[in-house]
Amino acid sequence: MLDDFLARAFIAGLGMAMITGPLGCFVVWRRLAYFGDTLAHAALLGVALALLLHVNVTLAVFVLAVLVALAMLALQSRVALSADALLGLLSHGALALGLLALAFMTWVRVDLMGLLFGDLLAVSKTDIAVVYGGGALVILLLIMFWRPLFAVTVNRDMAAAEGISPARYDILLMVLLAGVVAVSIKIVGVLLITAMLIIPAGAARRLSSGPVAMALGSVAIGALAVVGGLSASLKWDTPSGPSIIVVAVILFAVGLIVPTELFARNKAT
Amino acid sequence: MLKIAEPLVVLKNAGVQRSARWLVRGIDLVIRPGEIVTLVGPNGSGKSTTARMALGVERLSEGQVVQRSGLRASYVPQKVAIDWALPLRVDGLMTLTQKISKSDMILALESTGAGHLAGREVRHLSGGEFQRVMLARAIARKPEFLVLDEPAQGVDFNGELALYELIAKVRDDLGCGILMISHDLHLVMAATDQVVCLNGHVCCQGTPESVASSAEYRNLFGERAAAALALYQHHHDHTHLSDGRVQHPDGSITAHCHPDDGHHHAGISQPDSALRRYTLKGDDHAG
Repeated sequence: MLDDFLARAFIAGLGMAMITGPLGCFVVWRRLAYFGDTLAHAALLGVALALLLHVNVTLAVFVLAVLVALAMLALQSRVALSADALLGLLSHGALALGLLALAFMTWVRVDLMGLLFGDLLAVSKTDIAVVYGGGALVILLLIMFWRPLFAVTVNRDMAAAEGISPARYDILLMVLLAGVVAVSIKIVGVLLITAMLIIPAGAARRLSSGPVAMALGSVAIGALAVVGGLSASLKWDTPSGPSIIVVAVILFAVGLIVPTELFARNKAT
Repeated sequence: MLKIAEPLVVLKNAGVQRSARWLVRGIDLVIRPGEIVTLVGPNGSGKSTTARMALGVERLSEGQVVQRSGLRASYVPQKVAIDWALPLRVDGLMTLTQKISKSDMILALESTGAGHLAGREVRHLSGGEFQRVMLARAIARKPEFLVLDEPAQGVDFNGELALYELIAKVRDDLGCGILMISHDLHLVMAATDQVVCLNGHVCCQGTPESVASSAEYRNLFGERAAAALALYQHHHDHTHLSDGRVQHPDGSITAHCHPDDGHHHAGISQPDSALRRYTLKGDDHAG
């Protein structure tokens, strides 16, 4: 089954939806959308460095994303700049640096469009192993540390006073996000990873009454977007990454029309 | 107090400086099990910062804070904003930082008059309902050290009295130390063991009686507040000073009291019934 490129595409896409779902919720809850973008842009530089140094691409992207996240934490307390300006600096700095590095390496042919927007139909068996291996690790950590991660998200001071170190779980969340970026870059590309994090979570918000329900709903909506987007991509020969995101946006819009009051009442009883 | 228990938290000359401004400085404070310490003071006097120092949440710029090792604390912050994006129900909030059994949760919610709110979404609670849930959450953890930053904000008037009575009961049941910040001086004082009056530093501290009669307190809050305190704490409307003289509610001092002193309240207005209720409570306790 894995010999069929279509089957590989569906399997990899669904694997991605399983991790972008719950982490996307944290991105939405903690207003980290721009932060996710910054990590994704740094990923491009990671790819360039991996090609230059002949190391594993996923690993390089992960390491670079973690470094950028730590740089963000360190700079935040030292530079008199607002968080979003600082993120803009890091994000576009990393993106420009990555594009420059790729342009300089004339000896390697890089599919830039594939990097920016993903190419799900070119996913290999190794890529699937990376998505599911990395994804399983991310989900395991998420389940193990769900309570403290969520407590810090709701109120840092309260969590800190009651024995949960906010700084520790900030770092954990950043590492998890870096992991998600690293495993999904081949699938939706640098520019669309944030969309895959935010849109399913946003769509799930109106339909869920608790954080866990929202995380699971977000997985379901992400999976629907993957299946719908890939099918559309096959039928009309559209690029796969953008197709997935467009379907996710359509699902979000449909979610806005669903009368949540009815839904909520059913839930309560 | 007869037996002195080992302190839960000790602040020694503690201070916090942020961007070249001292938020609070030179705080010496001891909180023991079974003791209610109330922080009073004007806006910006460093009450919340002091509470946060005691919890170990605030980074100190000078001095030190010593917590008993393994201290289990519960914190009700002054402001908690639940973002729209967060689907959080009351039962989810109750178990935010630790697992709590269903029965403990219901018990705690019922004790604060919030039993009917268990399934509601936190975002839709009114200010007073939210405070009740927050207090229930703090109690359900069975803390050794409970910090309440204006626990009664937004709670209706009758509820406010009940809430302060509940806080005193929690202290009795759990034997925990409580650090409380409150603006409702006249309501809080009755159940307080120690009052610390802040104004960027410790302005004065001691028993409610001694603080209320101190010159610093009067300077900070004015005669009316001091008089209101003196009135309900002593259900006679005058105070016997340590040197034997008598201080009247209007602040005047005479050598001895008059026969009708305890029975009339002329010269001081009683604008709200809380004062009267607490005066009565004082009588009950005395009797």
